[in-house]
Amino acid sequence: MAVVVYIDTDKGVNKAAQEAVTYAKKIADKVGGDVIACTSGSADGLAGLGDFGASKVITANTENSDPQQITRFVSTVANDNGAKVIVFSQDPIGKAVAPRVAARMDAGHAPGAIDVPNTDGGFTVKTNTFSGKAFSNISITSDVKVISLLPNSLPPASLGGTASVEAFSGDLGSAGIKVLETKGQGGALSLPEAELVVSAGRGLKGPENWGIVEELANELGAATACSRPVADIGWRPHHEHVGQTGVAIRPNLYIAAGISGAIQHLAGVNGSKTIVVINTDAEAPFFKAADYGVVGDAFEVLPKLTEAVKKFNANN
Amino acid sequence: MNILVCISKAPDTTSKIAFTDGNTKFDTNNVQYIVNPYDEWYALVRALELKEANGGSVTIITVGAAEDESIMRKALAIGADKAVRINTEALDGLQVAKEIANYAKANAYDIVFTGKETINYNGSQVGGMVAELMDAPFLSLASKLDMNGNTATAELDVKGGKQVVETSTPFVVSCAKGMAEQRIPNMRGIMQARTKPLEVVEPSTSGTQASVASYDLPPAKADVKLLDPENMDELVRLLHEEAKVI
Ligand SMILES: Cc1cc2nc3c(=O)[nH]c(=O)nc-3n(C[C@H](O)[C@H](O)[C@H](O)COP(=O)(O)OP(=O)(O)OC[C@H]3O[C@@H](n4cnc5c(N)ncnc54)[C@H](O)[C@@H]3O)c2cc1C
Ligand SMILES: Nc1ncnc2c1ncn2[C@@H]1O[C@H](COP(=O)(O)O)[C@@H](O)[C@H]1O
Repeated sequence: MAVVVYIDTDKGVNKAAQEAVTYAKKIADKVGGDVIACTSGSADGLAGLGDFGASKVITANTENSDPQQITRFVSTVANDNGAKVIVFSQDPIGKAVAPRVAARMDAGHAPGAIDVPNTDGGFTVKTNTFSGKAFSNISITSDVKVISLLPNSLPPASLGGTASVEAFSGDLGSAGIKVLETKGQGGALSLPEAELVVSAGRGLKGPENWGIVEELANELGAATACSRPVADIGWRPHHEHVGQTGVAIRPNLYIAAGISGAIQHLAGVNGSKTIVVINTDAEAPFFKAADYGVVGDAFEVLPKLTEAVKKFNANN
Repeated sequence: MNILVCISKAPDTTSKIAFTDGNTKFDTNNVQYIVNPYDEWYALVRALELKEANGGSVTIITVGAAEDESIMRKALAIGADKAVRINTEALDGLQVAKEIANYAKANAYDIVFTGKETINYNGSQVGGMVAELMDAPFLSLASKLDMNGNTATAELDVKGGKQVVETSTPFVVSCAKGMAEQRIPNMRGIMQARTKPLEVVEPSTSGTQASVASYDLPPAKADVKLLDPENMDELVRLLHEEAKVI
C-alpha cells in the first residue's frame, strides 16, 4: 500500500510540490501506507521532500516531461507498490497526465481538489466546480483513485525527516510529443501559484497606466493579473486574464482596481482568501464580493497603497 | 483530414448557481444552456479552419441526452458537417471519454478536438482520458495548432510560458484561448443546420468510477469593510493583523 504523488520539479522543489506531498501524506495517514513521490529529472533537494512526508522519491528521465512517458512511469510505480491513491497538482503537467493515468488504471478522478478526502464510509473529495461558484463532493468508487490538487489549497506542513532518492528502472516507452522550443513569459511569478495578486481592469484607461499596478505588485511581491477585456484589447498579455474563461486563481490576497466585478470575472477569483476592491463607483458589483473596499480613484489610491506597503515592509 | 470535435453543454455564464434535492442536483430552473465556450470558440472554429484549408470533414460528438441536441444544432450552424450524440448521461469524465474514444477509434479520426475545460465541471480531464484510451498523444492546453500533412505543430500553455511542440496524427488536442476567433452563425448556417445529419448512437459502456455525491455553495461573504481612500496605512494594518495575508 502506498500513496503515489507526482510532482513537477523542473524549476526546483517549489511550494506546489511541497503542498502535493503534504496532501499525499494527509491521505496516507487516513488510508495507510507510505508516500512515494515521483518526479522527472534530478532537481536539488529531493531528499528534503521527506520533511513533508515522503518516504521515497523516484526519479525518471522522461524527455521534456512527455505526458505519455510520465503516465507509464507513474502507473508502473503505482502498480508496483499497490497504490490506491495517486495525487497530482492541477498545473499544466497535471492536466496533461492525471487524466491519462486515471484512464490507464480505470480509476475515478477528482479534478480540482481543495481538501483532504472524507473517508468515512466511502471516499469523497471536495473539488472546485462551476468555475469557483460552487464545490462538488465527488465520490470515487473505483479501487484506485486519482486526485488533482488545486494549488494554494493547503499549506505545506513540515514534519522533519528525509526521503531516500532512487532512479526509476522501468520502461518509459517512447515520447509522443517532440518539444521544439520553450518560451518563457519573463521573470513573472506564475499566476495560479502566486499567494498575492494585484489585478486591474478597464478602469485603468490604457496600458501606459500599468506602472502603478506593477509598483504595488513589486512592493508586495505579488503577481499581476487583469480582466478579460484588458487582455482582449491587448493592454496586457493573455496569460494574465483571470476569470471564467481565463485563469482561475485562489491567492491569499487579490487586489482588484478598476474592475467592475462581472460574474464571469468573479468566477475565477472568488476562491481568494481576501479580496480588496478599489473602484470609483460605490455601486460596482465587485464590492459585494470584497472583504475590504476603497471607493476611490485607482490613480490616487494605488500609489498611496504602495507607499503604505513600503512603510510596512520597512518596519517588518 | 477527418476531425472529431467534442462538444459539451454548459450553463450560460450568467446563470445563478443553485442546487435542489438536498444539494444533490443542479437547479436547472431558469438556466439557459450554451455550447461550452472553449468548445465553440476555439475547438470547433479551429477544426473548421483546418478543414477549409486541407479538405476533409468535421464531425461533432456530444455524450448526453436528447435535450442536448439544441446546442449541437448551434455547432452545426457554425459549420460542422455532421453530429453524433451518444445517448447517455454520463456521471463522470471517464465514462464520457470511453464513449468518445470508442467512437473515434471505430471511425478512424485524424484529430480529436476538445475544449480546455467545461465551465461547469472544470475537469480538464476528458481530452487526456480520450488520448490515453486511444494510445495517442495529447496536446494539452493548446493556443495554436498548425498542420502540415500529418505533422502538427502546436503551442501549449506550460508553467511560466509556452512550449512549441510537434506530433503526428492521430492525436487529441485541448483548446485554450488564442486558438481561433469566435464565429457567429449566420442565417444560412442556421437554416442548413436543421437538415444536417444528427446520428444517435447507443452507449458502448456502462458504469462509472466516480460521481458527484453532493454540492456546496461557498459560505456567504460578510459585508465589505469600507476604508478611507486617504488612509491606506489602515488597509495595510488590516491586511496584516486581521486578514493575516501580508
Ligand atoms: C462568456 C463570457 C465569458 C467571460 N469571461 C470573463 C473572464 O474570464 N474574465 C473577465 O474578467 N471577464 C469575462 N467576461 C467579461 C465580463 O462580463 C466583463 O465584461 C468584464 O469582466 C469587465 O471588465 P472590467 O471590469 O475590466 O471593465 P468594466 O466592466 O468596464 O469596469 C471598469 C470598472 O472600472 C471602474 N473605474 C473606472 N475608472 C476608475 C478609476 N479611475 N479608478 C477606479 N475604478 C475605476 C468603473 O467604475 C468600473 O466598475 C466574460 C463575458 C462573457 C459573456
Ligand atoms: N458530455 C460531453 N460530450 C462531449 N464532449 C465533452 C463532454 N464533456 C466534456 N467534453 C469535452 O471535454 C472537454 C473537457 O471537459 P472537462 O474534462 O469536463 O473539463 C470539453 O471542453 C469538451 O470538449
